[in-house]
Amino acid sequence: MESDVLKTADLSAYYGNNRVVTNMNLVVPQEKITAIMGPSGCGKSTLVRCFNRMHELTPGAKIEGKVFLREDDIYDMDPITVRTRIGMVFQRPNPFPMMTIGDNVIAGYKLNGVKLSRSESEEIVEVSLKKAALWDEVKDHLNRRGTFLSGGQQQRLCIARALAVKPDVLLFDEPTSALDPKAASHIEGLMTALKEKVTPILVTHNIAQAGRVSDFIAFLYLGELIEFGPKGQLLTTPKDRRTEDFLTGKFG
Amino acid sequence: MTRRTSKLRITKDRGFKTLVICLSFLSMVPLLLILYYIIKNGLPALNWDFFKDLPRPVGEKGGGIANAIIGSCILVVIASQPSIILGIAAGIFLSDHKGSRVAYWVGLAVDVLQGTPSIIIGIIAYLWVVIPMGGFSALSGGIALGLMMLPMIIKATEETLNLIPASLKEASLALGVPYYRTILKVVLPAGVSGIMTGVLISIARVGGETAPLLFTAFGNAFMNWNATKPVNALPLLIYNYATSPYPEWHRVAWGASCVLVGLVFTLNIFVRIMTRRWKVTF
Repeated sequence: MESDVLKTADLSAYYGNNRVVTNMNLVVPQEKITAIMGPSGCGKSTLVRCFNRMHELTPGAKIEGKVFLREDDIYDMDPITVRTRIGMVFQRPNPFPMMTIGDNVIAGYKLNGVKLSRSESEEIVEVSLKKAALWDEVKDHLNRRGTFLSGGQQQRLCIARALAVKPDVLLFDEPTSALDPKAASHIEGLMTALKEKVTPILVTHNIAQAGRVSDFIAFLYLGELIEFGPKGQLLTTPKDRRTEDFLTGKFG
Repeated sequence: MTRRTSKLRITKDRGFKTLVICLSFLSMVPLLLILYYIIKNGLPALNWDFFKDLPRPVGEKGGGIANAIIGSCILVVIASQPSIILGIAAGIFLSDHKGSRVAYWVGLAVDVLQGTPSIIIGIIAYLWVVIPMGGFSALSGGIALGLMMLPMIIKATEETLNLIPASLKEASLALGVPYYRTILKVVLPAGVSGIMTGVLISIARVGGETAPLLFTAFGNAFMNWNATKPVNALPLLIYNYATSPYPEWHRVAWGASCVLVGLVFTLNIFVRIMTRRWKVTF
């Protein structure tokens, strides 16, 4: 079953008077990995931060246009609800330093004041950590602080934390840029494994990574969506000159 | 570079290091002298009765400082409650709204308040509280001390929160946690070490303040638990007794100094230990 999970309609985003995303019309298919690719400063991060309404938290930031999660306009929804349905994994792993590994996983519930029974929370912790391929490494240390893990493990812990609240979409904002190659490839494999359950959107400036991981690629340049298509087509026979120049390393 | 200039450079380098070390030891001398005099004169005055007795009238031997210790505690408790709540709230605001106009003025006000001489704070408390209430009271003294604690706590909170990575707040917000819960459950716990340090240090500071209490708490020769009546405080007692002509009172003043310095010292040591224990590493 092919359907669209996220859609933007003439989306523009600003910092003050500075427009960083311009009239974006993007459709993100469900259960596929969509990579948002482009050189630094092209508005990739800003774009995905519009998807979970994190953009508006920056002073002076505003948006125009619409973003639909399935049928719902997320800018008509409560931002709190939006962020539980659209999770986010950041560039740098950011587990909560004052919480144990187990508490980090259920942080989305704990911090929101949701009461979980012991068995419920144990189940969520186990299921989420298994989905994030971290369970075997940490199952005996659930009461230790999350910050004692390695960078790659911390990032998987953050993925488990995002998965625990059962989102429809998971935004990965350059999730491997602070990790070593081995940890990075682990995360990439994880994204592929996850796409059946939650639609990943991957922000990356790394062409090779987009090639390895994604099903669809959106190429952004100077805040505009230049090209969108299946990865094979976009990487081998780009229609736009600028895409080709980026892929061949003329700029980046 | 020739061998000679390099040798000269090494010598200069050593000389400078020695100078820095000597000067830093020199800066400890005043503290050591203070401690020496206070312990020498104060320690003989200390015994169990000194802590549990009330001051005696002139001419009578003995007498303690129980009322001043209790009074100081009452004053600190009255001062802490509002200034901790207001101070942490203002600190959160300042660190969260850097660059906003309101934050600029609040920050400026905090700096000015911090620089206000303590005697002026005492006069303000006198005008605001003592005159309307029609008399000196522990309450007015507590308010004066609270005004002094406020900027210290605000600064400590603000500076601590500035050091907390923004990514931590984003992590919480991205999980759909509302702003107020993010502050209460993520940001403040991550900064608890710095904030508590600020609070305890400010308590240690105001615990030794005399000037703001002169025309607020005023002093009291008797035990008083009533916040609307004058109370004695350790620094007030020291001030009154040390300037008196009676040798017996001087002895009490030395003893009280010893107790006060001991309390401040203990509090500082406690802070050192607790900051390490509460420290959250990112």
